[in-house]
Amino acid sequence: MSKFLVRRFFASLIVIFGVVTLVFFTMRAAPGDPVDAILGEQAAEEDRTALRECLNLIDEDGDPVPVIEQYVLFWGDVLNGTLGELCDEPGVTVAERLIENIPPTFELALAAMFFALMVGLPLGILAALRPYSWVDNTTAVVSLMGISIPNFWLGPMLLILFSLTLQWLPNPGAGVAGLSALVLPAITLGTAMSAKLMRMTRSSLMEMLNQDFVRTAKAKGLPSTKVVLKHALRTALIPVITIVGLQFGALLTGAIIVEKIFARPGVGTLLLDGIEQRNYLIVQGSVLFISFTYVIVNLVTDLVYAWVDPRIRYD
Amino acid sequence: MIDRLHNLVAQKLGVRREYLGRLSPLAYFGMAFLAVVAFVAIFAPWLAPYDLTHMDVTRQLEPPSADHWLGTDENGGDLLTLVIYGTRVACMVGISVVSISATIGIILGAVSGYFGGKVDEVIMRLTDIMMAFPGILLAILIIFITQEPSLLAVILALSVSAWAGYARLVRGQVLSIRDQAYVEAARALGLPSKRVLFRHVVPNTLAPVIIQATFGVAGAILAEAALSFLGLGPQDMPSWGALLDQGANYFLLTTHLAIFPGIAIMLTVLSINFVGDGLRDILDPRGLTRH
Repeated sequence: MSKFLVRRFFASLIVIFGVVTLVFFTMRAAPGDPVDAILGEQAAEEDRTALRECLNLIDEDGDPVPVIEQYVLFWGDVLNGTLGELCDEPGVTVAERLIENIPPTFELALAAMFFALMVGLPLGILAALRPYSWVDNTTAVVSLMGISIPNFWLGPMLLILFSLTLQWLPNPGAGVAGLSALVLPAITLGTAMSAKLMRMTRSSLMEMLNQDFVRTAKAKGLPSTKVVLKHALRTALIPVITIVGLQFGALLTGAIIVEKIFARPGVGTLLLDGIEQRNYLIVQGSVLFISFTYVIVNLVTDLVYAWVDPRIRYD
Repeated sequence: MIDRLHNLVAQKLGVRREYLGRLSPLAYFGMAFLAVVAFVAIFAPWLAPYDLTHMDVTRQLEPPSADHWLGTDENGGDLLTLVIYGTRVACMVGISVVSISATIGIILGAVSGYFGGKVDEVIMRLTDIMMAFPGILLAILIIFITQEPSLLAVILALSVSAWAGYARLVRGQVLSIRDQAYVEAARALGLPSKRVLFRHVVPNTLAPVIIQATFGVAGAILAEAALSFLGLGPQDMPSWGALLDQGANYFLLTTHLAIFPGIAIMLTVLSINFVGDGLRDILDPRGLTRH
């Protein structure tokens, strides 16, 4: 087990190293001069020089910095946890801007995950218990629709229905905070995940219900609810854990879209504003943050998986 | 094509093909709808009621009427025309992204699984790194640096983000059949590795790849629409996602702009998923690929 832990941990470190490297070289691969893109071509020469220095493209003497050195400086910003200092706001680091925006994004992602579990698990269980019944067929079609409806369409549709026509829930950007402002964003973000959970729970539980240990439990006369909930479902949920972990990344990128639809603050809004203002540091910082989070969540998922399923092979 | 695959799988599993079941009615519905989409995409200029450049600034954001069956957009363009031309972007993105990313993925995955060792280690670490960028995140970054995103840039950005999934799938498949007797036989005959790999091994790994590629078309269409919704889509062609972006901006004024392009996306993606599910029932009765 400890060997597996170490291996898995080092694999994640390699991935983080690769992510940082890839982001660095992608940002440097930009065609044309990034300074032109940020300031426009008519900008004053001293502004350009200041920005070049801020982006580590030239040093204090105005000499160009070699790419390798830029790469090392980039690593410095990653390792000291600041992700760089903003060029237009001296003294403010990218990390500080991210930290302000993390709570609303996590709130949204967790609410979406809660919704997905609350809907996906029970429906998946029902479908598995009565395969090929009308319940199963209906949930199958509904879940396929849930996967096919893009969240950037579902969001506006929910808004039109619930806040415009029925007026049950507040409009986006109406300044209303709290739970009622979180309901529609969470449903919008969580629907696709609930559909995938539903399908996964169904197939996993159906497989378990045919296993010998379930037949034994039935044969020794246990009530069927106990057989299903205690014996079959517990084992069936193990592969579902992986889906939850993998889907967390989808939730983070989905949050970029959902935050835009509902005019919510968050990491996604920070990224989109950064793109609009061509703020290279904010863009690379947000991308790095989302990837790091995803890598860590996947690592934790794997460890949880190994912990609940001791049969897992450690190679 | 499907028939041949059907026979191939039946042969591989050693069962009579009747036992594999038939394509579901939903899959047939999906294929019929996709045929319509392809038809609309090819004949868009003849089917569209207006010219693509038609704009009438006096009639912006009008709801559906006899002149404009689906209403007009923020520039006074005909929404039906824009949705019809949008099928072109969807088809081009769906088909090219999957062709490019599946080709890269199949080659790298096959090499990785077949040769193993250092090559395998390097390629697999590379796929790990690519997969650390969830969804469209890497595509967002790539589009950001290209500044004026064209259709080609969007296709390349999405292909770069998507190949790793195919590589992993093919590698797993290759590992499972690399040591089978017929592969050994091909090697024993002295065939060059390239020929053994791409003529004897890879063709027998393709059933799950075809299923994944089918879902991949849906994924690419959704990803392009998502990029366009965020204002990062192709600027040179009308896209469903960009129309939905307008729809979300004006939903307090009028709802038609948010409704119709979304229906187009949903029906297309749903049809592809129907076909994918149907293909999986036929080609992958043991459930190797999971959606």
